[in-house]
Amino acid sequence: MLWYTGKRLLQMIPVFFGATFLIYFMVFSLPGDPIAALYGDRPVSPGVIAQIRAEYNLDKPLIEQYLLYIGGFFQGDLGTTFSGRAVSDVMASAFPITARLAMLALFFEAVAGILVGLVAGLRKGKLFDASALVVSLLLISVPTFVIGFVLQYVFGVQLGLFRTTVSGSAPLDELIMPALVLASVSFAYIVRLTRASVSDNLGADFVRTATAKGLSRPRVVTVHVLRNSLVPVVTFLGVDIGSLMVGAIVTEGIFNINGVGGTVYDAIQLGEGPTVVSFIAVMVVIFVVANLFVDLLYAALDPRIRYAK
Amino acid sequence: MTQLVTQTVPVLDPNDTRPLLQIRDLEVGFKTQYGVVPAVRGVSLTLYAGQTLAIVGESGSGKTTTAQAVINLLAGTGQVTAGQILFEGRDLTALTPKEMENVRGSQIGYVPQDPMSNLNPVWNIGFQVEEAIKANSDLRGKDLRARTIEVLKEAGLSDAQDRLKQFPHQFSGGMRQRVLIGIGLSSRPKLLIADEPTSALDVTVQRQILDHLGTLTRDYGTSVLFITHDLGLAAERAEQLVVMYKGKIVESGPSKEILANPQHPYTQRLVAAAPSLASKRIQAKKHDEAAEIYSAGGTDTALIDRAAIREEQAPTRDLITVEGVSKLYRIRTKGLKYTELLAVNDVSFGIKKGTTSAIVGESGSGKSTVAKLILQLETLTSGRIEFDGRDVAGLTGKELLKFRRRVQPVFQDPYGSLDPQYNVGNTIAEPLLAHKIGTSRERQARVLELLDQVSLPAATQFRYPSELSGGQRQRIAIARALALKPDVLVLDEAVSALDVLVQGQILNLLTELQTELELTYLFITHDLAVVRLVADNVCVMQKGRIVEAASTDDVFDNPQQAYTQELLAAIPGGDFEFGGK
Repeated sequence: MLWYTGKRLLQMIPVFFGATFLIYFMVFSLPGDPIAALYGDRPVSPGVIAQIRAEYNLDKPLIEQYLLYIGGFFQGDLGTTFSGRAVSDVMASAFPITARLAMLALFFEAVAGILVGLVAGLRKGKLFDASALVVSLLLISVPTFVIGFVLQYVFGVQLGLFRTTVSGSAPLDELIMPALVLASVSFAYIVRLTRASVSDNLGADFVRTATAKGLSRPRVVTVHVLRNSLVPVVTFLGVDIGSLMVGAIVTEGIFNINGVGGTVYDAIQLGEGPTVVSFIAVMVVIFVVANLFVDLLYAALDPRIRYAK
Repeated sequence: MTQLVTQTVPVLDPNDTRPLLQIRDLEVGFKTQYGVVPAVRGVSLTLYAGQTLAIVGESGSGKTTTAQAVINLLAGTGQVTAGQILFEGRDLTALTPKEMENVRGSQIGYVPQDPMSNLNPVWNIGFQVEEAIKANSDLRGKDLRARTIEVLKEAGLSDAQDRLKQFPHQFSGGMRQRVLIGIGLSSRPKLLIADEPTSALDVTVQRQILDHLGTLTRDYGTSVLFITHDLGLAAERAEQLVVMYKGKIVESGPSKEILANPQHPYTQRLVAAAPSLASKRIQAKKHDEAAEIYSAGGTDTALIDRAAIREEQAPTRDLITVEGVSKLYRIRTKGLKYTELLAVNDVSFGIKKGTTSAIVGESGSGKSTVAKLILQLETLTSGRIEFDGRDVAGLTGKELLKFRRRVQPVFQDPYGSLDPQYNVGNTIAEPLLAHKIGTSRERQARVLELLDQVSLPAATQFRYPSELSGGQRQRIAIARALALKPDVLVLDEAVSALDVLVQGQILNLLTELQTELELTYLFITHDLAVVRLVADNVCVMQKGRIVEAASTDDVFDNPQQAYTQELLAAIPGGDFEFGGK
């Protein structure tokens, strides 16, 4: 087990460097000159431009720029935005908000998705199952922003049940509605995954044997069906942590939340290399750690993985 | 012939003449989109306390469905459509789900067929036994743990205490089956339903487990409803026999009577097809068709004659020579540590062209590894394998492809070795395509020719594996193997998963093809009865070594090694006189 964890941690190293370099390379090959764009139509003296270029290391070759950046990254210096604010400051305000939103969404989709999927799988072909399938199909096919605007209009504007926009500090209760919107698509996938997995496992020989032991139906379902059905669902949830962080851009836009999505979007527009790369580097780390966590959870759920070579 | 009777002696209570289980006119159907398909059609049987009754039949005969109906564990859309199942006078079909829960486990135990899939892989063994006991008793805490260990010890796991925390995948098939038997008997049920409890196991393990099950049920006075497709096994283990065919009972009565004097044509066929050691060649009638083994029962003297002729004509040089071959596997145990497993240890033998050689042994004996080594699917650790005078070790590229064309495998599982997304025609044509042989039209013609050779209609080429029976699938696997006109077929347990009758047909087909196409066969099997029917030479393997190698007749009539004798003795029904020949 220790060996397994260690191996996975070692695998993170090339992933981290590969991903950050790729992003760095892409951001700096974006068309247009960020410095010129910064000043818009105003004339700027070449000397000033050269000075700014030197300040942000833009005059050096790509590899050197990257190495300087990574060097700073490990010393906690993530560079500054063009407006002079430290990137680490921007992160400290944006990440907690998005993390809160994503975790809330993850909670909703996991709990509701598994529950609905389980019931649908147990009642395959019945009314509940059919409705769950239709609803999930609807959620998958309708774009998130449509769902977002509809919910915002119906529950926020018409019924006045929640604030249509989230305040600056983004407290948890204001994030409930955005989290539901953010979770909607993944919820639909989890319902379908759980449903398929449960109905597969229901037909398994060991479930029949468990019933033959004289166990009650609820026990057979929770102990022998549910746990075995969770492995594919957990995989999905792990990958989803990453997409929730990124997918929050749209939701954050609708509900006016000052999270990661908006910040990264603005930074890309401005061509603020250090900001984009730093944010994404942190996301890569979150993504990789989440996947490691999922792998460990696998091992907890399925002993065959735990004891495999 | 002397009869060695090891069956359970019924402990009948003289005052209790009421039947324990009485099934009356039971009908079970499966709902499909085309209506209800009947699987059991009017079955009646009676089982008294302490008795063992076996239901025998091929797959699809409704034997398992009947057993599952008793404890209401029918798969999918199955349901009892008519009839009664009286257990101690109570109709089980009328119980509510809650009442049924109280009957399962505590009153009626169940031992399922496949030990590999019947334990939940994510829970440890102790937990799975414990929950069965907990569901049917008031034992908790320490007492519960003690009882769990006791149950497993009774089932024959002597080191139960240390193994409670282990998971099913760390147990061998035989040990898992012991666990399942332990679970089935844990609450001392009055009736135990054993559905093919040992079909997935080696003969020697099967014998141990059935002996043990026999002792336990006799000691507890448990009645057993035994489901099997193996007539010899049924006769050996049960005093009463019920033969089912297509959902109906065609014959029932005391086991020995039925075996000695089967009345119904189906039973007669079944008795005749039983590849038992008792079906000695001397009893067999002579036939015109040299290759016909089974059609009228027993082996043919014609077949032996043919073998004799073949032996005379056989070239002196071996087609395949295996010389001092060993295979060492490194298995990672923990972290970076390895242990070494010598799967094949200094094995030598030769196979002459046009003959059939068999390698027999239990699982883990290394017999399949030998097959893989010959097929060049694994690399040799040491030794030498020659095919047609050439060393095949280390063949690469074109040479290897050429070798593969001449030596083709057929595997055990006809369900797993065909791609479900490929229709039959494509499956058979695939090797031709892979070796770039012929035009599309020529390949098409070859597919039809091959289908004809394995006695399947031409229209089969458009069908998919899921629409075919196990026997048909194995014919297709053989057709695919023959597509490249190989010299050698390596058949790894190729008939082990099939019913006796289907097995007979496939063995027939293989023998016919051998004469027709001058094929050389290497049979890898654990089933000695099959070996007797088809092989010219036998190598008996144990723990990676060949312990005995001789002609088939020598091995069967005059086994030299204790291990070979043990294997022969373990064949169920081996000492019964089979009638109907």
